[in-house]
Amino acid sequence: MQDFAGAFGLAFRLIASGDADLFEIVGLSMRVSLTALLLSCLIGFPIGALLVVRKFFGRGIVIALVNSMMGFPPVVIGLLVYLALSRAGPMGWLGLLYSPTAMIIAQTLLIAPIVAALSRQVLEALQAEYDEQFRSLGVSRSSAMLALIVDGRYGLLTVALAGFGRAVAEVGAVIIVGGNIDHLTRVMTTAIALETSKGDLGMALALGIILMCLAISVNLAAGALRAIAERHAYA
Amino acid sequence: MKKTTLFGAALLSVLATTASAEDPSILVQSTTSTQNSGFYDYILPIYKAETGVTVNVVAVGTGQAIKNAQNCDADVLLVHAKAAEEKFVAGEYGVERSDLMYNDFVIVGPAADPAGIAGGKEVVTAFKTIAAKKAMFASRGDDSGTNKAELRLWDKAGIDTKAESGDWYRATGSGMGATLNASVGMGAYTMSDRATWISYGNKGDYQIVLEGDPVLFNQYGIILVNPDKCPSVKADLGQQFIDWLTSAHGQGLIADFKLDGKQLFFPNASADHS
Repeated sequence: MQDFAGAFGLAFRLIASGDADLFEIVGLSMRVSLTALLLSCLIGFPIGALLVVRKFFGRGIVIALVNSMMGFPPVVIGLLVYLALSRAGPMGWLGLLYSPTAMIIAQTLLIAPIVAALSRQVLEALQAEYDEQFRSLGVSRSSAMLALIVDGRYGLLTVALAGFGRAVAEVGAVIIVGGNIDHLTRVMTTAIALETSKGDLGMALALGIILMCLAISVNLAAGALRAIAERHAYA
Repeated sequence: MKKTTLFGAALLSVLATTASAEDPSILVQSTTSTQNSGFYDYILPIYKAETGVTVNVVAVGTGQAIKNAQNCDADVLLVHAKAAEEKFVAGEYGVERSDLMYNDFVIVGPAADPAGIAGGKEVVTAFKTIAAKKAMFASRGDDSGTNKAELRLWDKAGIDTKAESGDWYRATGSGMGATLNASVGMGAYTMSDRATWISYGNKGDYQIVLEGDPVLFNQYGIILVNPDKCPSVKADLGQQFIDWLTSAHGQGLIADFKLDGKQLFFPNASADHS
């Protein structure tokens, strides 16, 4: 396959030449997915922690529900957000469809359940360890949640990375609510879909390679951050 | 808590940048064939340079484009399914339909030509042969303009594709490019608009096996979405874009758009509209 061999060269040339369109697309991908991740963490971490510290009736069902929402197909989320944001929809007056904000909303809905479900799992283990202390000190629920989130931050970092990975890699939701508009809502995955449909498989693969490099860089950066923080913590 | 403030600030700045990009722009719902051929990459920068207006294009199948426009999620509709367009205008979703340009559909297939239809003159005859020999045929199957045109031809040939679907008749449910990719992968015949076919980059040993039948005519139309039905429509900017494309100047630019020395679209807006 000449496409395969050529794609690596093309990917390298695109990066090296400082292709303005490429950097715009990469920048938007990062902006949309990182913002969605930020929002998802703000929503998901407290929900995860709450599900750990509060033993309420029906908690098992809520956890099962949140867990299964991890498997929500992006295209369904995209459709729901489209119907809500369409001019004919209930929130059409906001005029948000086909904007990066719409894409952020869709990706947040997509990954907030992932962040919530996985952080609950991470914090559950920590809670088992802290439970007695919390009881003996008579710590309030909100303080306990905060303590769990702060002390569980390394585990939660991995949770965030999982969420980011899902957001930056999905195409089904952003192509519906963003519309893959050139210079406005085109991100890495929708650009790859477009190049594939043009039959320009080399270019599509080159973009795919760049996207994977980005994902690796983000993970390495997070790993390094964690390593530095841990060294400081135990020094 | 300091972290939360920081998050909030970052969030606000992101939302602010989205809101501040307010140069004049219109939203066009259009088809994959016009986008995949590079037509918009060619013509929109010229329009932007001459008028300062940014044209944002959402390229989907004609069926979906019309549906989106009915939901008021567009200022202008540029598609290729005349009957559906006229229905759109009759339903008062659109103001008026104008012819814009045309090209034609072609039947493409592998060089080996398993059904032996190459060089024929009539699509209907060729489709009958394909069905008789159960040669693989890939359909868009997505209610796009191309799909509608293709289904009409099967109808004329008296073949019930629904009954054959999944057997030799394969409906991909995707765009033209994706369907061409699937055809090349399966060794199937397919019907494509000429512009997408010429610009398509993964042809393998595929070639045009049948062209030139008058039933393969492919007309593109342009419609302003009705501001009475959709108050959000930027009627002035939308009409300006339509007038520009249908003017002698715009029509000349359409004719000048070539790929590998081949003209992809032939302007035919009626003169009284320029």
